[in-house]
Formats: sequence, C-alpha cells, structure tokens
Amino acid sequence: MAQRSPRKKAKSALGGMIAIVALLVGAVFTSTLIGGSWGAKLALDLSGGTQMVLAPKVNGSEDNQVNEDQLNQAVEIIRQRVDGSGVSEAEVTTQSGSNVVVSMPGTVDQATRELIQASAQMAFRAVLVAGGPEAQTGDAATPEDELPQPTAEPTNGSDSNWITADLRKEYEATSCSAQKSEETEAQNPNEAVVACSTDGTEKYILGPVELNGSDIQDASFSQVSNSTGVTTGQWGVNIEFNESARQKFEEITTRMYQLYGQNPNDPKARFAIMLDGDVISAPVTQAVISDGNPQITGNFNEQSAQALSEQLKYGALPISFDIQSEQQISATLGANQLKMGLIAGVIGLLLVFIYSLFQYRLLGFVTIASLVVAGVISYLAIVILGTIMNYRLSLAGIAGLIVAVGQTADSFIVYFERIRDEIRGGRTIPSAVDHGWASAKKTILASKAVNLLAAVVLYLVSVGSVRGFAFTLGLTAIADLIVVFLFTHPALVLLTRTNYFGNGGKHSGLDPRALDAAPVYRGAGRFRSFAEKGA
Amino acid sequence: MANTLARFGNALHSGEKSFGFVPKRKLWLGIATLLVLLSLLVPVVKGGFNLGIDFRGGSEFTVSDVATDDVSVGEQAVGESAPEASDVRVTAIAPGTIRAQMGELTDDQTLAVKDALQKAYGVSENEVTSSFVGPTWGADVTRQALLGLVIFVVLALIGMALYFRTWKMSLAAIAGLVFTVVVTVGIYALVGFEITPSAIIGFLTILSYSLYDSVVVFDKIRENTQGLLSRRDSTYGEQVNLAVNQTLVRSINTSVVGALPVGAILFIGAFILGAGTLRDLSLSLFVGIIVGTLGTIFVSAPLYGMLRLGEREIREHTRMVEDARAGGSAGLQRATAAEDGLGEPAENQQAEPEETPVKKPQFTITVNNFSLDDSTQDIDSSSQSESGQK
Repeated sequence: MAQRSPRKKAKSALGGMIAIVALLVGAVFTSTLIGGSWGAKLALDLSGGTQMVLAPKVNGSEDNQVNEDQLNQAVEIIRQRVDGSGVSEAEVTTQSGSNVVVSMPGTVDQATRELIQASAQMAFRAVLVAGGPEAQTGDAATPEDELPQPTAEPTNGSDSNWITADLRKEYEATSCSAQKSEETEAQNPNEAVVACSTDGTEKYILGPVELNGSDIQDASFSQVSNSTGVTTGQWGVNIEFNESARQKFEEITTRMYQLYGQNPNDPKARFAIMLDGDVISAPVTQAVISDGNPQITGNFNEQSAQALSEQLKYGALPISFDIQSEQQISATLGANQLKMGLIAGVIGLLLVFIYSLFQYRLLGFVTIASLVVAGVISYLAIVILGTIMNYRLSLAGIAGLIVAVGQTADSFIVYFERIRDEIRGGRTIPSAVDHGWASAKKTILASKAVNLLAAVVLYLVSVGSVRGFAFTLGLTAIADLIVVFLFTHPALVLLTRTNYFGNGGKHSGLDPRALDAAPVYRGAGRFRSFAEKGA
Repeated sequence: MANTLARFGNALHSGEKSFGFVPKRKLWLGIATLLVLLSLLVPVVKGGFNLGIDFRGGSEFTVSDVATDDVSVGEQAVGESAPEASDVRVTAIAPGTIRAQMGELTDDQTLAVKDALQKAYGVSENEVTSSFVGPTWGADVTRQALLGLVIFVVLALIGMALYFRTWKMSLAAIAGLVFTVVVTVGIYALVGFEITPSAIIGFLTILSYSLYDSVVVFDKIRENTQGLLSRRDSTYGEQVNLAVNQTLVRSINTSVVGALPVGAILFIGAFILGAGTLRDLSLSLFVGIIVGTLGTIFVSAPLYGMLRLGEREIREHTRMVEDARAGGSAGLQRATAAEDGLGEPAENQQAEPEETPVKKPQFTITVNNFSLDDSTQDIDSSSQSESGQK
C-alpha cells in the first residue's frame, strides 16, 4: 500500500483510541469479577483505614530499648514493608519517641501483619548435618553409645566436633512438620543449634553464627545469565555483602568449596541463611566468592526470588516489632473536603471549557472532548492500578489530577496556536493542520518528556507520599500523550476535511479572516501594510 | 473578547506588536534577581519557615468513649485552653474516639488541653491520653525527595542540552526554574501558610511545570533561529524575541487554563474549608503556574538571548544585519535558507500534491527594527478554493 491519506491515518488512530478505552474498560470489568470494583480506591484521608501502634525491640539487647537512630531505621523498614511502592499513601510516624505508628488505608491482611511483625534476626551458619523433617524415634534413633562425642575443640564453623551427644539427641527428637511454637527460643550465636527450614521440609544441625544480617549491604533478584551472558530463564537472588564481611565470606566459601569438591552431596558444603531461628535457604557452595557478591540459584520462580531477596534486604536490621494496638480509623479528612474538592474541580473544569470556547470557538469542543477522553482513561487506569498495586487516591492526588487538566490542555493550546500560525502564514486549513502538527508534535514530545522524566526519577528515588505524587504525574503525562496523538490530532484532521472547518467557517476558530491570513504579497509590488490589517 | 486576543496574537505573530523581552533583558533579569533576593529574605524576616506537624511532630491527645463525634467541641476546647497551639487538627478517628493533634506543647499546656478536652467531652480522666507523635514526613522522605530532585534536574539539563544542541538553553531553563521555585516559596511564606506535605508536593509540581513551560518556548526559539546565521534579514536577538512574542498567546492561554481549576480549588479551599490539603496545594500551584510562566518569558528567554548574543559569531552576524539595514537594502531581501522547522512533512506531499506550496519571491518588511520574515511562511497559492474539494 502506498502513502495513506491523512484521513485514513486519522481514522485508524481514532480506532486505536477506541481500542485502548475498550481494553481498559475490559480490564476493569475483568477485575470486578475477581473482587475489584468500578470505583477508584481512596486513600487514608478520604476513606479511613487501619492504624497500628508498633513497639520496636532490638533483638539481643538487654532492655529492648531503641535509640533514636534505630527508631528512624524502624520507620524506614516499616514504610518499605507496608508501602514499598508509595502508591497506597500509608502514613508512618513515631509516637512518644519509642513506638512506630502505621496508618494505612483499608483493612490489614494477615500477610501484611506478618510482614510487619517479622523479626529481623538474620544469621548465617554452616550446615553440619541435614536430613528429612521427621523425628527419629525408637529404632530409628541413634543408640545412646553411638552418639557422637567431640574429640577436640572445633576449629572452624564446619567442624563436626560442634555436635555433642545432647545436640544429636535434640536433632533426632525434632520434628519440623509439627506445629511450630509461637515463641522461638533464643539461640546462642556461638554454639551449634538444631533448626528447621521455614517450609518444614528439612532439619539441620548448624554451626555457630559466622555472618549476620547486618553484614548484608543489599539484596536483589534477577534472571540468571550463563557465562555467555544469555539469560537461562531461571531466577536467582543476589546478595551483596558489605566491605568488612567480604573476606570472611571468601574464607567460608573457600572452606565449603573444598568440601564440595570432595563430595558434592556433603551437607557441610551448604551455608544456611536463618531468619528468626528458621532456615530460609541453605544453598550449596559451588564456587569461592571473593568479591562478596554471591548469587543463590535453584528452584526459584520470580515471586519466591523476590520474597527471599526482600527478606535478605530488610532482614539486615536487628529490630522486630510487636503490634501493640490495631484499630479502625475513619477518614482523617471529612467527607466535606472531598465533596468541596470535587465541586471546585467541576467549577474549574467548566471555567476551562468556557474559556476554550471563547478562545477557540467550535474548536474548543475538541479541547473539551479531549479532556473528557483524558479524564476517562486516567480514571480507568487508576481503578486498574488500584486493583493491581493498591494505588490509592488521596485528596492531594485528586487535586493533582485536576491540576493535570491545565497541562493536558496545554498540548492542545500549543497545537492550535501552531495551526493558527500556519493559517496566518497563508496556508489552507487542512495544510495548516498537517504542518502545525509536524512542528507541534516535536514541542509536545519534548515538553512531556520533561514531565515523564520528573515522574520516573522521583518515583525511583523517593519514598512515601512523594512517590505517590510522582506516580500520578507520570500517569497523567502518559494519558495526555495518548489523547493528543490518538484523539485530538485525528479529530482535527477529520474535522478540517469537512466543509465548515475546512473553509474556516466564522465560528470554527480557524477563520482566516479573523486570523489576518491575507497573503502578505499581493502581487505587482503591492504590500499589505499593517494599517490595512488593523481595519 | 476572543477576537481581541486573537488579533493580539496576529499582531504578535507578524511582529507588528512586540514586547522587548530580549532587548530589555537587563531590566527583566534585574527585576528577577531582586525578586529572588526578596523571596529569600521573607523566611529570614519571618523567622524561618512555618513547618507543620507533619515535619516536626507534635502533641497528640486521644479521647475515648465520647458520646458525640463532633470535632468542633474539641477544636473549641483546644483553642481556649492553649491559644498558642499551632496546626490544630481534631478528627473523629473511630466511632466514639476523637483525636486532637497540634504542634508541640509545653507540659503546662499539655495538662491544660487534656483537662479542657476531658471537660468538653464529659469523659473521665482516664479516657484522655496524651503523647508525642513524630513526623509523618520524616528526614528520610525529605532526603530521598531532594536526591530525586537533583537527579531529575541534572538529567533534564543533559536532555535539553542534547535536544536543543546547546547547553545555554539548559542553563537558561534552570535559571528560570530557580526563579520560579524561589519566588513561589517566597510568596507562599509571605502569605504565612504553614508548609505541609501538600505544599511540598505543589512545589515539586511547579518545578516540573517550569521546565516544561521553558521547553515549549525554547522549541519555538530553536525553530526561529534555525539557519538564521546564513540569512541577513534579522538579528539573532530579534528572532529570539519574536519567538517569545509568537508564543505569548499560548503562554497566556496555558497559564489561564492551568490557573482556572487551581484557582477554583484555592477559592473553595481558602474561603470555605480553611486550612488543609486543598488550600496548601492550590496556593502553591496557583502562584507557581503564574510565576512559572513569567519565569520563562522574563528570565529564561532573556537570559538565553544574553548568553547567545555574547558569542562572537552572533555578534558579527548582528553587525552585518545592521550594516545591511543602514545601507538601505534591508527592505527587499531574498531569503536563502530553507526553513527546517516549517519544512514539508514528507508523508503529506504525495498524498495531497495540491498542497505543495509554490515558492514565490519572498519579502521582508522592516517594522520597528523587526523583520517580518516571509521565508518562514510559504505562501500557498492554492489557497481556499481547493480545500473544499477534499
């Protein structure tokens, strides 16, 4: 097919617009089937939610008191845990210099509650013995006289001399499939212990603590790539140890890799990561890691890799939380504020409509229709994001959306003014639309890029409500671009190919006479003078 | 009324009417510097910013087992017992529970407020608890937001420098941004409203708006000055000024359209609702949109003109244009350079051959030292009669 006419292109662009709206409506409809709703989710200030008072305690310290630094760290941890993406606009603050208060919209589910409480006592211990989760009783148990007796002082974390007869008995008596006790007893970091894996499928005897959660600088998850850099489709968890732990980790992996070399199935080649007394992972050491950046691979999917990396990341602080109180709170802002805010928004929009009709006559209706379309897709996107990632609208967010009207309308204004410039220059109206679009398009893309950049950077870097704001900013900028390209421009192309607009009807907003479009050169050496124009 | 602005636009477009944004740059930049300095002085004179409870923390009282959820009872009680208390917020956080928050109180005030709340709601002493609450907008939020800002500004600088092919536009845009933000914050502080998270969000929006607005105007400047140095019909300064004038109607329309809804929120927020999210956010935005638009045309554009006019190549070009004018040959000048910015979009040429403009001799008319440069405006011989056929 050769060059398509602008009319055809415009029609297919409008088709694209309809498809996008239909897709969004379909997505919202689908989400209603699984418990979503047609309404946008509202944030704490508008719909109320749950307020929890948390008492942080430092594991291992005598009086369980937190100092100011630790309290601030606690706030950061909790903020990450309840609202990592910042879009649900949870509020995290401190109370009386000792408690953390979390207020979040909606009700708190068990998973969130567990995440909040999750203690962060993380430790790395070498595996000495590993086995199935069942307790060995009766005949299966090792006879009293065959129980191991340490022959010497253990020399390193993987030394079997850590295992005493009592420990062996404890190990054999332990059943990981049994109901876990609520309180995990304190484990001495300097001695070997018996532990279960968190999923209850394995039990271990572990050496003393060799590295702590605080030795972790960062953790992330990614797809595993092989030596040639091609991703294998497997997921892995990447740990980054801090400077001081690197050498220690190198020593440990050197020791274990040697054991691995002798017997790949030796449990002693495994290094257990413990959280709160349970082993969350016990990877086999398959290399000596000297740069402090190991990668754990195995049976991960994306979710489990993410879960482990988050446990590693936020487990790096020795603070746990008790939920002291939990209560439902009503909206912090009265219903009055929402109502008034919406009334103000409607008044503001009406003023914008009136103004654009004044300025652009019938063309103003294109502005109005475009704003309506932009509003509809923004709203649908907000509803969908509410379901997918708990995005919630606060009053500030609603105000932000109303403000976005101004920036969205600016795209149309830039465009219309360019068209008028072209008409002033003496072009026919359809031609002016094409040329005006060519230059307006560049300006619109460049300027929206600024908004998008601000949104992306602020979203990636900041925390809390600034993140929520950045998200809204980006959302409206994208909606704006979609509308300008797939609605406003095609609508204008089609309109200006009608008789009325194409000839610059009196109220079209494109009337060449009103725009002084008389060609400057009038032939035979006559010039239009400015005195003539004003008349 | 609409016609007035459209006619105004026509005159600005042709150069018939022109404001001296670039010629009077020293005046504008001087005023801008003065305003920035004054804005910096406002918080100093007023003794620092009036930071809200969200940043500083404060006192909190919880009254349980109340018979009424009427918050005005509590507001009155707090107002009478501790008139100094700032940022008083009384909310019904749950049925039968009232929470009152305010800036930090002294011990005596705390006792007074506790007593007053107890009496006002008619509950026993044990039902009123007081505590100190920390900031919801803590140091970590501020730190990360500032870090994000710095990264954004640096990336925007680089991006603009690449897009416009000159770092001078980036520099001028940043100057406009600093002007906008400092003056907006200054005016906000002058009004005496408390700085709340909503206000900060407003300032961040303004920051991005300011750069956005500069890009729109600069894009026109880029277009107008493209290929200019190979022509002799107008000086660089004139073209920069013309670009600002030509986008003036757009600037006015955009700020009006942006300010209208915000103004409506501000009106309702300030006069009907009183202190709160809507008022703080809309004030910072209302002021910011207006200051941001002014910042682009009175700071960024003149500064850019000033930066470029100092270049040797452009100085020489200006002299040549002026010489040519003095020599009396300025009236009729054949334009040579093709105008890229208004070039024909290739895709349309084949589809609609009747629209291919016929190049005619092009003329420039000098009025008030500004040229009407018709090389930017292809005169379309097949004007209105043909468009009806399509």
